[in-house]
Amino acid sequence: MDAPITEKVAPAIDPEEVKKELLAKYPPKVGRKRSQQIYIKENEGPEDREVLSNVRTVPGIVTMRGCTYAGCKGVILGPTRDIVNITHGPIGCGFYSWLTRRNQTDASAPGAENYIPYAFSTDMQDEDIIFGGEKKLKRAIQEAYDLFKPKAIAIFSTCPVGLIGDDVHAVAREMKALLGINIFGFSCEGYKGVSQSAGHHIANNKIFTEVIGTSDTPNRTGKYNINMLGEYNIGGDAFEIERILDKCGITVNATFSGNSTYNDFASAQMADLSCVMCHRSINYVADMMETKYGIPWIKVNFIGAHATAKSLRRIAAHFGDPELIAKVEAVIAEEMPLVEAALAKIKPRTTGKTAMLFVGGSRAHHYQELFAELGMTTLAAGYEFAHRDDYEGRHVIPTIKIDADSRNIEELHVEADPERYSPRMSEEDMKAREESGWKYKEYEGLVPDMAPKTMIIDDLNQYEADKLIEMYKPDIFCAGIKEKYSVQKMGVPLKQLHSYDYGGPYAGFRGAVNYYKDIDRMVNTKVWSKVKAPWAADGPELTACYVAG
Amino acid sequence: MRKIAIYGKGGIGKSTTTQNTVAGLATLGKKVMVVGCDPKADSTRLLLGGLQQKTVLDTLREEGEDVELEDILKPGFKGTMCTESGGPEPGVGCAGRGIITSINLLEQLGAYTDDKKLDYVFYDVLGDVVCGGFAMPIREGKAQEIYIVVSGEMMAMYAANNICKGIVKFAEAGGVRLGGLICNSRKVDRELDLITALADRLGTQMIHFVPRENQVQRAELNRKTVIDFSPEHPQANEYLALASKIQDNQKFVIPTPLPIEELESLLVEFGIAN
Repeated sequence: MDAPITEKVAPAIDPEEVKKELLAKYPPKVGRKRSQQIYIKENEGPEDREVLSNVRTVPGIVTMRGCTYAGCKGVILGPTRDIVNITHGPIGCGFYSWLTRRNQTDASAPGAENYIPYAFSTDMQDEDIIFGGEKKLKRAIQEAYDLFKPKAIAIFSTCPVGLIGDDVHAVAREMKALLGINIFGFSCEGYKGVSQSAGHHIANNKIFTEVIGTSDTPNRTGKYNINMLGEYNIGGDAFEIERILDKCGITVNATFSGNSTYNDFASAQMADLSCVMCHRSINYVADMMETKYGIPWIKVNFIGAHATAKSLRRIAAHFGDPELIAKVEAVIAEEMPLVEAALAKIKPRTTGKTAMLFVGGSRAHHYQELFAELGMTTLAAGYEFAHRDDYEGRHVIPTIKIDADSRNIEELHVEADPERYSPRMSEEDMKAREESGWKYKEYEGLVPDMAPKTMIIDDLNQYEADKLIEMYKPDIFCAGIKEKYSVQKMGVPLKQLHSYDYGGPYAGFRGAVNYYKDIDRMVNTKVWSKVKAPWAADGPELTACYVAG
Repeated sequence: MRKIAIYGKGGIGKSTTTQNTVAGLATLGKKVMVVGCDPKADSTRLLLGGLQQKTVLDTLREEGEDVELEDILKPGFKGTMCTESGGPEPGVGCAGRGIITSINLLEQLGAYTDDKKLDYVFYDVLGDVVCGGFAMPIREGKAQEIYIVVSGEMMAMYAANNICKGIVKFAEAGGVRLGGLICNSRKVDRELDLITALADRLGTQMIHFVPRENQVQRAELNRKTVIDFSPEHPQANEYLALASKIQDNQKFVIPTPLPIEELESLLVEFGIAN
């Protein structure tokens, strides 16, 4: 039996009471800090209160965050297929960051290299810690080179490497000179930042200084060339986005970094527009691409059918070619019936259901589009590793406090490239566009899109997640693998938005349909009502006591 | 078996004092093992009559898992057993982790088992307590007694006070106690009074005052302890006296480290200011 179609209204819970309950268990000092990270939306639209974020998790709190190494190796460089990514460290770091995000790649072209199926690690042992691991790292690089002759090799530092002071950059320089291929190292020790966000920054900075601009021959080129920034091709998202863009006549020069190759990065300066998907992980690269090469950037979102259409229209409007604008409209008109047909069938079953999203630095925002299309309400959302601008919008960037943790991550000072800088738009042109309501370099953040009385919680932890589920009983919870089974044991399905469980793509038009189907299945199955054992749900509990005889 | 660790500022004479004292205990008929916990591996040179050829960590690196106790434990003066932890060259890797690994290996190989009939184990530790690895001998009950080698020089006393802070930290959990200060004289003015007063403030004793004597240097040049090189020399008696005092020591305390201001005023009171 299918679940009955019921109009379920968001529970009339006072969010202030919820907040009080979440904080009640904490010692006063921890409570004060967490209190600033729990934000209650008061009105429709933007608000100008601060969301405390990108600050250290209080030790002892079971945070949902990951580490700096995970952000650098797992998120940013992991999805690139023809760079040999060597983890310098004990084997666990390399193993657990291998294939877990389900980044897909298309290596079907003849002779295409693909190292994603390999886990490269120096497998440090006790003796490498004691005597230093540089020699072993050199041997690992040599071995990888001898086996594969790759275009580039990247080295990722794990925690012990930083503690014992192995100089991965010196090793990279030496081996680069010896082997004649690009070799670069990342000081992305897991403990280095507040969260994985520091790792994204370390990775992107290095790609920017060591790779971008080293080749003038992109793999693809067309009339309208764009870069997709912050799209990691989880479950094949980038394939779907490329399919749609191709159909529109827009060429993706490079994707950072889903389905990407070394040469895509190296020639990324040849594109004419940067489109930023995940603002958190890469917005600074978009800024630097503009300063150094003159490429303007816009924020896009291909999660949600309507968001996809809107993003396509923005790209077309940027180029301003009536032919392109018409083509984009034709593509949208061609794709939307499939989406509408799926919604006609599914939406009646999902309308009124509720969701919570605690994931990423953009996903907790983007996926609300899909839930809205399904008629579902988002009760609470938050990011694991976002900064204030991801919540409150980019206008707060000048007011973000610089602390010791942010200073720990190198800020690149970028100037216009003497040879390669070529502004794609004149200053007057951009000004005129902006005056007519066009927005470049703009992201308003999560806060304006959340409904009144919803909760925005930064760096959610296990205790608070349990409490939220107890109080709100949402129909679905979106997070990652660490949260999945503890949430499901409470009888609430969990959709992993880091790996998509086994599903996807969820981007674009076809991806939206996939998502509708998967969510329908998850929120309407009866299985969650069976989580409680019959004997616990039905009769009185059996009790007995021991009588000493 | 008594397990003793010797700490003190770098260059204060820990290795020299330890080996001369161990020679004294051996002369008194005691069975002693010395574990050098310094990457330079020079803590057993005087007992062995030369540098230990293979350290624990070198052996571990070369032989892998197949290490035999005989490979790393060498007999020295009057049946003392000597081993050197070894470690990386300066500026590379993690020497502290090396000490943890080698002490664990010695335990696994049975260096401390009853059939070895050891009366004493001495850990001679590099410099100050610089990191977790160098504190290994006083963690987890590896050493129960600590002696700090000190002189009347200011930085040596600073170091002694800092080491006491380390001892306090591990005293509760591991049961380690301070056995006393060994004054290795540098002929500083009123040194005896100064170190006696420091010991008093730390709640411990100055167990022995070792006078400065060139004979120590001469013996070292001959790769020997003073007792071995010139048993008739008065300095040999000083080390024998220190050995007997350690043998008879009953005063084991959790020290009371001084605030820096107090330490400085102590120096002013006894030091060159007068």
